Amino acid sequence: MLIYILRRLLYVIPIALGVTVVCFSLVYIGPGDPLSSILPEDAPQEVIDRIKAEYGLDKPLPVQYAVWLGKALIGDFGTSIVTGRPVLVELGPSLVNSLILAIGGAMLGFIVGVVLGGLAGYYHGRPADRMFTALAITGVSVPHYWLAIVLVIIFSVELAVLPSLGMTASGSTEFTFSAENFQHLVLPVIALSVIPAGIVTRTVRGAVAELLNMEFVEALRSKGLSEAKVIKHVTKNAAPQVLAVMGLQLGYLLGGSILIETVFAWPGTGLLLNNAIFSRDIPVLQGTILALALIFVALNLTVDIVQATLDPRIKR
Amino acid sequence: MTTTATPVDDRTEAPAFVAARRGYWGSVFTRLSHDPITIVCAVIVMIILLAAVFAPWIAPHDPYKTSMLKRLAPIGTDGFLLGTDELGRDMLTRLIYGGRVSLFTAIAPVFTALVVGGTLGIIAGFVGGRVNMIIMRTTDVFYAFPSILLAIAISGALGGGILNAVLSLTLIFVPPICRVAETVTTQVRNLDFVAAARATPAGTFRILRVHVLGNVLGPVLIYASSLVSVSIIIASGLSFLGLGVTPPEADWGLMLNTLRQSIYVAPVNAALPGVMIFVTGMCFNLMSDGLRTAMDVKL
Repeated sequence: MLIYILRRLLYVIPIALGVTVVCFSLVYIGPGDPLSSILPEDAPQEVIDRIKAEYGLDKPLPVQYAVWLGKALIGDFGTSIVTGRPVLVELGPSLVNSLILAIGGAMLGFIVGVVLGGLAGYYHGRPADRMFTALAITGVSVPHYWLAIVLVIIFSVELAVLPSLGMTASGSTEFTFSAENFQHLVLPVIALSVIPAGIVTRTVRGAVAELLNMEFVEALRSKGLSEAKVIKHVTKNAAPQVLAVMGLQLGYLLGGSILIETVFAWPGTGLLLNNAIFSRDIPVLQGTILALALIFVALNLTVDIVQATLDPRIKR
Repeated sequence: MTTTATPVDDRTEAPAFVAARRGYWGSVFTRLSHDPITIVCAVIVMIILLAAVFAPWIAPHDPYKTSMLKRLAPIGTDGFLLGTDELGRDMLTRLIYGGRVSLFTAIAPVFTALVVGGTLGIIAGFVGGRVNMIIMRTTDVFYAFPSILLAIAISGALGGGILNAVLSLTLIFVPPICRVAETVTTQVRNLDFVAAARATPAGTFRILRVHVLGNVLGPVLIYASSLVSVSIIIASGLSFLGLGVTPPEADWGLMLNTLRQSIYVAPVNAALPGVMIFVTGMCFNLMSDGLRTAMDVKL
């Protein structure tokens, strides 16, 4: 097992390096100079040169990359062009806020997906199966940002029972657990959960239907085990696959919540990215994407290791 | 039918084999024609597509003509079947015109990625060795990003605009298509009939075209078709964020964004553009599922 983990870790290092290269290149694929957004157009050449030297932009690209990577490794992502604060200071609270949403959405999606998928797989080919499968397809096809707007229209505009904007009742950007703040969570979490719910439903349905067809299930039944015991066996066998899908979905939610955060004005990484894009605040853009991608890589690694622990056949 | 047993290797063979050659696609077509869901979805997609193409002749109004007096008219208003938007422009007209940009930004990236990713994947799978390693490890890096995040990051860095949106979407679809093409090619490459073909005077290009492409195209096409619904959601999402087309151009995602301020006044109008994204995406998804079943492809 230890060897497997070490091998996976070794495999992750080049990928993580590749991720940093992509994030670093983001500055250079854009139009114009990275400095054009902070310098006035009529700035004299000597000022441009001085600022370039200050930011290290006068050096060749590989050197710039090495310097940037070295700083990023010790947590220094530079300073925001707009606020002048270190990127890490901007990033930390946003990341926590996004995590609250992502974990909520993943949990709800997981519960709904396991229940619907389990029933669909158990009643394979019957009306219940068809209904839940149709629901799952709807879940993965619905544009979640639109669903968010529809939810706001129903619950905030028409029924006026839930808040439509912000993360907390007081307007603070720090989440504390209270009944009032919980209300702010409901709509974004539901909107975020539909895609994972649909995907988990499909996965669970496929796994359960396949397992129920296997000989060992027939053997268990002919041995006289109760249906509940049989289901327990099936659950154990389906778990690794389902957990793997779920882990990936959590990562997608963390990166993909930008649209939902925009709808609900949720002060997370999505809002941070959105502001960074429109003010062309490249250090914040780079830092946020790098952090999210590295979390995604780490999550993938964790999923692989957990999966291998649960199902030893995987580590060849 | 005695000819069915004859191995139809060369697809440009004499027309005597027409019946046999139509066998596979004929059965796919028969199966599709017995699948009502796929047919209904195909009809809906065709209607939306044709409406978008022939928009100037079909649309009842000018998509850019604003009217301060007729702002946010509800559905069913005289002359405005689906009401008007926040600037008094006809919703139906703008939804028809919006299909142009929305469908283009959804389909063009998948198509480009199919060509680029498919080629890269076949090369990686067929050549193998170091070439395979370089191509596949590079795609692994792109797998390390959640796809929406990467699309937003790239088009955010590139700046708004339709072409930048298409480019960023293409970039996120190339790696997964490449991976599918590589997997299938590697499987096919090691099969006996490819070895047999190598023993004949058939050149590498001919083996690639007939044996590899013939077997890889199906699964890759099916996979790419399943990406169209993802593409339409992400593409509209980009315009929703203001990263796609620029106003006053009509686009479903952008309309959804600009009408968002009006949810308290005209909630139904505000939700309409999203219905188009939803219906189109869902139809593409179901069509892809139907095609997969009909072609009997496992991915």
